[in-house]
Amino acid sequence: MRAVRTIEGTAVPLDRSDVDTDQIIPSDWLKRVERTGFEKGLFSEWKDDPGFVLNQEQYQGANVLIGGPNFGTGSSREHAVWAIQQAGFEAVISPRFGDIFRNNCTKNGLVPVQVSAEVGEQLLRAVEADPALVFEIDVATRSLRAGDVECKFPLDDSTQHRFLEGLDDIGITLRIEDEITAFEATRPAHLPTVGS
Amino acid sequence: MGKTLSEKVWDRHLVHQGDDGDLLFIDLHLIHEVTSPQAFDGLRLNDRTVRRPELTLATADHNVPTADIDQPVADPISAKQLQTLEANCAEFGITHYGLGDPNQGIVHVIGPEQGYTQPGMTVVCGDSHTSTHGAFGAIAFGIGTSEVEHVLATQTLPQTRPGTMAVTVEGDVQPGVTAKDIVLAILGEVGTGGGIGSMIEFRGSAIRALSMEGRMTVCNMSIEMGAKAGMIAPDETTFDYVQGRPNAPAGSDWDAAVADWKTLFTDDDATFDKEVVLDAATIEPHVSWGTNPGQVVPISGTLPDPSSFADPTERNAAERALEYMDLAAGTPLREVAVDTVFIGSCTNSRIEDLRAAAAVAEGRTVTIPRAMVVPGSFKVKDQAEAEGLHEIFRAAGFDWREPGCSMCLAMNPDKLAPGERCASTSNRNFEGRQGRGGRTHLVSPAVAAATAIAGHFATPGDLT
Ligand code: SF4
Repeated sequence: MRAVRTIEGTAVPLDRSDVDTDQIIPSDWLKRVERTGFEKGLFSEWKDDPGFVLNQEQYQGANVLIGGPNFGTGSSREHAVWAIQQAGFEAVISPRFGDIFRNNCTKNGLVPVQVSAEVGEQLLRAVEADPALVFEIDVATRSLRAGDVECKFPLDDSTQHRFLEGLDDIGITLRIEDEITAFEATRPAHLPTVGS
Repeated sequence: MGKTLSEKVWDRHLVHQGDDGDLLFIDLHLIHEVTSPQAFDGLRLNDRTVRRPELTLATADHNVPTADIDQPVADPISAKQLQTLEANCAEFGITHYGLGDPNQGIVHVIGPEQGYTQPGMTVVCGDSHTSTHGAFGAIAFGIGTSEVEHVLATQTLPQTRPGTMAVTVEGDVQPGVTAKDIVLAILGEVGTGGGIGSMIEFRGSAIRALSMEGRMTVCNMSIEMGAKAGMIAPDETTFDYVQGRPNAPAGSDWDAAVADWKTLFTDDDATFDKEVVLDAATIEPHVSWGTNPGQVVPISGTLPDPSSFADPTERNAAERALEYMDLAAGTPLREVAVDTVFIGSCTNSRIEDLRAAAAVAEGRTVTIPRAMVVPGSFKVKDQAEAEGLHEIFRAAGFDWREPGCSMCLAMNPDKLAPGERCASTSNRNFEGRQGRGGRTHLVSPAVAAATAIAGHFATPGDLT
């Protein structure tokens, strides 16, 4: 993946809890075998509503998406992350992310910024009041700044390292391939194999 | 200090432990047509191969049609995805159960049924309901496409160790209360976020009393609590289920395996990071009313008033959900009429589920416009037909289909129309999950069948 160090830009306030991955990208979009072209499917069932926040003039060009708690729960579809990224977002902010979604974010360079419930609320209100509010997200210091809000967000060391360096996970694992081979030699004989 | 079940299984798969997390070995990697094509592309792009094709199994399930399967797949994009899986499996030497294969079925139904899923294993799949396999005392979780590629290339996954959580259901359930009702009741208790970051172990006498199929139903929905995985300690029920299945150990391997599996339990002196306890005797048949699976009530209840929620986020969610579901607060559940009943999905499409539904349907008549039964696999379908269940369903007016995910996620032609209300044995009631604008209520197979006959939410006991 590409290195991601700092993100600066404006945000869209998606003030809903439990935005599951079926909403982010409905299943009809999952039939594609390619990895691109998912931006059109982003929130496609909500987008028909002209009042939907992503349709509003003042939020066009934003690169940070703020959601309520339990963002990205549900299905494992990585297409949800691709859709958000391909629509121009570089970070998602929520008080709580679905685990698989969060993992998928970190594999693709979409920064999951987890904040407290209070900060989440504060940010939603701040952007609603001032859509031009500038967000600064710094992966190296794991910090977020937007107006009066300044806070840290959690990101484990290895994920932070991969973000900063733009490293390929598989390449990192293959550096210790000999350890995988050694482990394989210790597996019990009764474990199943397919097609034998 | 002792270890929990999940810690024991985790530790025995550690290939490498570093400051930056663990590298886990994966014993079984299941793949399907929807989340794998981009992973295979990634392999080709980087000139990599599949490290252990013999620990990888593919099946077509998410977008296969459930009618006229001897005809070409009508939707060209679905057809392309199915062909892509077949071609990728052929190229990389992976066993593939394609459309119409006697072993084909929903990925989480076929793993256990063919004896691939065994206690103490690590099982992953690019599908969140991989948690189903945890019923055997395996660590099983869903992964994204990048991780699918990682497992294909290395047979391992870098992971940070999740927390531990116990959900204990103690006591005996009332007659007519099923595994699905237990898990819906748990969801009502812990909510959609309560399990985030944790591996949940389901414990207690009510869990131990469940059959393997019931345990799979419970573990299946641990992802609905946001959990990394859900597990149940293996016991004689587990061993009896596994023994004699096509890929189960045999002979001296069997004895070695069972001796090993008997060590897979939470030590008495182990502690969990979080604990939740439920009293089995108080659990009733449950129905979901909203648009997330934590929004459930007992069938004897009424639709909640949003103002009864103290938490403003939950209150807003309830308001939105009732609006989407077109329901009024205070309405008794039993007065809500449905248009469609769907019996199927990796939650409830196994033989016991079909038997439970057929027992209700026998000699009765469906009174709603559409009721369908979609077995989880060809093996389930064959077994059901050998028992004559299909005849019972057909005579009652149910549509008897070919196996697949079907209306669980509406990627094939089985969809709800906008505004259509469905009682479904699947696992997700998200907006539009079963078709754009469709309204999903999650229920057990017995309640689904009774509802198809009554025309509104009902238990078998309500039928005359
Ligand atoms: S039946 Fe539904 S939940 Fe299960 S694997 Fe298929 S789509 Fe996913």
